[in-house]
Amino acid sequence: MNQENNKIEVSELYKAFGRKRVLNGVNLSLKKGESLVVIGGSGTGKSVLIKCIQGLIEPDKGSIKIDGFETVGTPRKDCEKYYATMGMLFQGGALFDSLSVWENVAFGLIENQKMPKKQAKEKAIEVLRQVGLGADVADLSPSEISGGMQKRVGLARAIATKPEVIFFDEPTTGLDPIMADVINDLIISSVKKLGAAALTITHDMASARKIADKIAMLYQGKIIWQGTVEEMDKSDNPYVRQFISGSAKGPIKVEI
Amino acid sequence: MFQFKYPENFLRALGKPLVVFISRVGELSEFIARALYSCVTPPFYPRLLLKQIINIGFYSLPVVALTTLFAGMVIALQTHAGFSSYGAESAIATVVLISVTRELAPAFAGLMVAGRIGAAMAAEIGTMRVTEQIDALSTLSTDPYKYLVAPRLLAGVIVLPLLVVIGDIIGIFGGYLVAVYQLDFNPANYINATVNELQLIDITTGVIKAAVFGFVIALMGCYNGYKSKGGAQGVGEATTNAVVTSSILILILNYVITGLIFTE
Ligand SMILES: Nc1ncnc2c1ncn2[C@@H]1O[C@H](COP(=O)(O)OP(=O)(O)O)[C@@H](O)[C@H]1O
Ligand SMILES: [Mg+2]
Repeated sequence: MNQENNKIEVSELYKAFGRKRVLNGVNLSLKKGESLVVIGGSGTGKSVLIKCIQGLIEPDKGSIKIDGFETVGTPRKDCEKYYATMGMLFQGGALFDSLSVWENVAFGLIENQKMPKKQAKEKAIEVLRQVGLGADVADLSPSEISGGMQKRVGLARAIATKPEVIFFDEPTTGLDPIMADVINDLIISSVKKLGAAALTITHDMASARKIADKIAMLYQGKIIWQGTVEEMDKSDNPYVRQFISGSAKGPIKVEI
Repeated sequence: MFQFKYPENFLRALGKPLVVFISRVGELSEFIARALYSCVTPPFYPRLLLKQIINIGFYSLPVVALTTLFAGMVIALQTHAGFSSYGAESAIATVVLISVTRELAPAFAGLMVAGRIGAAMAAEIGTMRVTEQIDALSTLSTDPYKYLVAPRLLAGVIVLPLLVVIGDIIGIFGGYLVAVYQLDFNPANYINATVNELQLIDITTGVIKAAVFGFVIALMGCYNGYKSKGGAQGVGEATTNAVVTSSILILILNYVITGLIFTE
């Protein structure tokens, strides 16, 4: 494998909450410009995995390298430069409800890149247009717009700072199938436009098929399978087969 | 058989919160250290500080004014009932002055602000925690301690003393109203007695207490909100905890500070 090309490299990552082991030796790498989708059931630790990569949760042991820089065990302020190259679309949008829509989108530009407000607002409106929203929503508050629009604003906020990697936490969960497809298209086009790498976690197979260059399956704290969409369809791995067919029968045990 | 159950349950009831409390002491100390560090290192957010000052100060003014007004009034009435045999106007003026400035204005302002602002802070920050807004701040390279916690702590320490000074004036005025209009004292004598008795230590005691209370209220609001988990229910718990812990701490610290200042 070409190590130079890896934007993110996760090896032997462990994380437990109390006695509950969530990540149990995860190995995963993301190449520059690649779109990787991690699939897995609810509560398998997908969100924990990407939060570890972004330094929001401290792993118990293992290694996470961003552009070859080891972040595990390094003080946050020394990693900040690397974290700044990453953007994230949160599952619930996580828009700041004390700020207007445009202030949300411009947040990174104003607070970090120190862009003057007027210029940041113009930029924010431009990015909003990219995700299919008009200038008329710019001054609304996040609670005044629909769930689908909130997802778009979250996406606009994630791409406004032109990150090199974008994380998508269940981008289509909770949306109707049509809106889900609109979001998939927006993810593809905005990631392409930036030339960024994308790491998406989802259990929506339609979405995964559409946006993935590569798919990895997380089960019981480990990546148990990786490959392209075609390889997935041909795979005879029983776990993968069960997950893509969405059957209750099979080796995957659901904890109730 | 039954009498043995009680001590065991009692110990268990005492034991679990104790374990939780001790595990929290470490977490709380770390929170305080990070919060204080954030207050003194850039970047600073003056606009957010101003917003918090207005939030805490301006909107708390009515409740603080009302509580201290009636506190001053009731002290005047009660003192008159107790001291009437001596018939000394100056005694009432002095008792009102000292009890309002040293004890009642800071305690009432503290408790009122704890109920209003401590709860609001815990609810707001707790909601931001469970809806991942705090994580979102971090991913946008903004330190949540500097952006959320520091402005609230600083605003608490700045605003509560101001509220208490205003509460002092209103409380003393309340005493004056009762003395002059209900007890028919001579207004000039009453004012004279108040001014003659006024000492700097009365005001500074109240102001020091207020600054400490402001810190405690904002700290408990931010801490409980920041560490809340588990959706809407978690936020509700955080809000209750913030108000209960800061109210208890205010009453304990009120006693401790009085002890430190007035006993040799
Ligand atoms: N901060 C936390 N404290 C305790 N447990 C957590 C925390 N975050 C996640 N978990 C647990 O880790 C498991 C995986 O969670 P998560 O990564 O959110 O799942 P998902 O794959 O659905 O995104 C869940 O059982 C959850 O309860
Ligand atoms: Mg999740």
